Amino acid sequence: MTDGPSEDIEALIDLMARLPGLGPRSARRAVLHLIQKRGKLMLPLAQAMQAVGSTARECLNCGNIGTSDICGICDNPKRASGQICVVEDVADLWAMERANVFSGRYHVLGGTLSALDAIGPEDLRIPKLLDRVITEEITEVILALSATIDGQTTAHYIADQLPGVSVTSLAQGVPVGGELDYLDDGTITAALKARRSL
Amino acid sequence: MRRQVISRIGLRHFRSHRKVDLEFDGRPMAIFGPNGAGKTNLIEAISLLSPGRGLRRATSDDFVRRPEALGWKITASLGSGHDIETWAEPGAGRQVRIDGKAQPQVALGRIVRLLWLVPTMDRLWIEGADGRRRFLDRAALSLDPGHAEAVLSYDRAMRERNRLLKDMVRDSHWYTALEMQMAASGHLITEGRRAAISALMSAQAVASDVFPASRLSLSHAEGDLPDGEDALRTALADGRARDLAAGRTLIGPHRCDLEAVWEAKDMAARDCSTGEQKALLISLILANVRALGEGSPRILLLDEVAAHLDAGRRAALYDEIRALGVQAFMTGTGPELFDDLGASGQFLEVTDENGESVVRYAD
Repeated sequence: MTDGPSEDIEALIDLMARLPGLGPRSARRAVLHLIQKRGKLMLPLAQAMQAVGSTARECLNCGNIGTSDICGICDNPKRASGQICVVEDVADLWAMERANVFSGRYHVLGGTLSALDAIGPEDLRIPKLLDRVITEEITEVILALSATIDGQTTAHYIADQLPGVSVTSLAQGVPVGGELDYLDDGTITAALKARRSL
Repeated sequence: MRRQVISRIGLRHFRSHRKVDLEFDGRPMAIFGPNGAGKTNLIEAISLLSPGRGLRRATSDDFVRRPEALGWKITASLGSGHDIETWAEPGAGRQVRIDGKAQPQVALGRIVRLLWLVPTMDRLWIEGADGRRRFLDRAALSLDPGHAEAVLSYDRAMRERNRLLKDMVRDSHWYTALEMQMAASGHLITEGRRAAISALMSAQAVASDVFPASRLSLSHAEGDLPDGEDALRTALADGRARDLAAGRTLIGPHRCDLEAVWEAKDMAARDCSTGEQKALLISLILANVRALGEGSPRILLLDEVAAHLDAGRRAALYDEIRALGVQAFMTGTGPELFDDLGASGQFLEVTDENGESVVRYAD
């Protein structure tokens, strides 16, 4: 046997290496760093993980991840603006929140419709969305879904079931700060179709 | 002006070729050598400079040289200054880099326009409609690179719909969502195919006597294909019950067929003799090249084309290729098949040495 890290430390490295963005090498480096900063970093991290591990859950209303049954956004009366933004997963919701421009509520689907992958409306919290549109007196549903076939199928599917409510989708086109020269033809076509007068 | 050609190609561990680097000056390229030496593999590598699975419709794993199984790579430089790399790691899908940047395969269609004729297409007019649809779609793609995206989108949405039909799902909203996308991309496909047919027809108006003109039309398996996006969407929605019973989608551009009639004889292509069918096919490919006009490189790959033509037709084919200024790569078993090219062609000899293809310039 070689004199590497002890069994416990190996086990920790193995766990760390399963995190997205980390491999065996970077996991080893991270664990070594944690051990060296045991008091300042490792123990607080362990406590934080313990705390979040026992309280983290999906919001029963929108599917956001928080530490209570109803997330802070759904719980905040100021966000009852009549607008609901539909996203594929929690990472998309957090991205929208980072931009700090949307004052309504969200609905996380947890994926997109795909008959080939056997993902149907029941798997996606779509019935819950349709409920919420009525109970929360929603006037506009904003679809922020991927511009893929599955994303667009999901968007059409939802729009088709919401007559009487304004259904919009995010614009597609030139990114802010982007140069036309670097865009693919599909993006340029979409941008030209969605042009507006100044 | 720089010539619109492929000026250099490199193959690494691709089928029978271990390491090959070739330079081209744009002259018609005659590739000869015994059966199984690796001639077709060479032009198959060139065919991968366009989107899709190449002229044999193979998968990425088929391209791997055995026994090393290291993955494969093709590099090419175009006269226009673009550099293309396409490769696959073992067990992984094909990747494309253009000028050092990762790009989707469809991006290749915008910088190279490639057409080919292979021996399996000799039966094009008598076998199933899917071969003719592919032939027509390839012509449409050569004229409008966006055609590939429409075909991919339509195919994906249709497979989703067929899955619902097979699983007897009855959620009408789901069907509506998929049919909207099928109608949008299906309409683009039909437009692209019609444009290709009219471009081919007008480009062959100047066809020589050796390569006959044909009358082309688009037909549909069940009655007429609904015209326009809205009509297609309505027809798909109306056809759900019937499609459910069949377990698949019965109308749409995927049920279309390309009909060809030998103009001078007023005879359907499938009723023509084998030699006539071949002449008709070559005539259409040449019309397609003509319709492309100049701009980005126009490449024509002709696998074993010389063998099926008599000396007169061969000479006429080489004349056409020279007149069109298209960069042609042709394979054949012996150099004598290309005698009529003379100094206007470049010659490559491919031989097999201990299970490895060896390529030599033979001018």
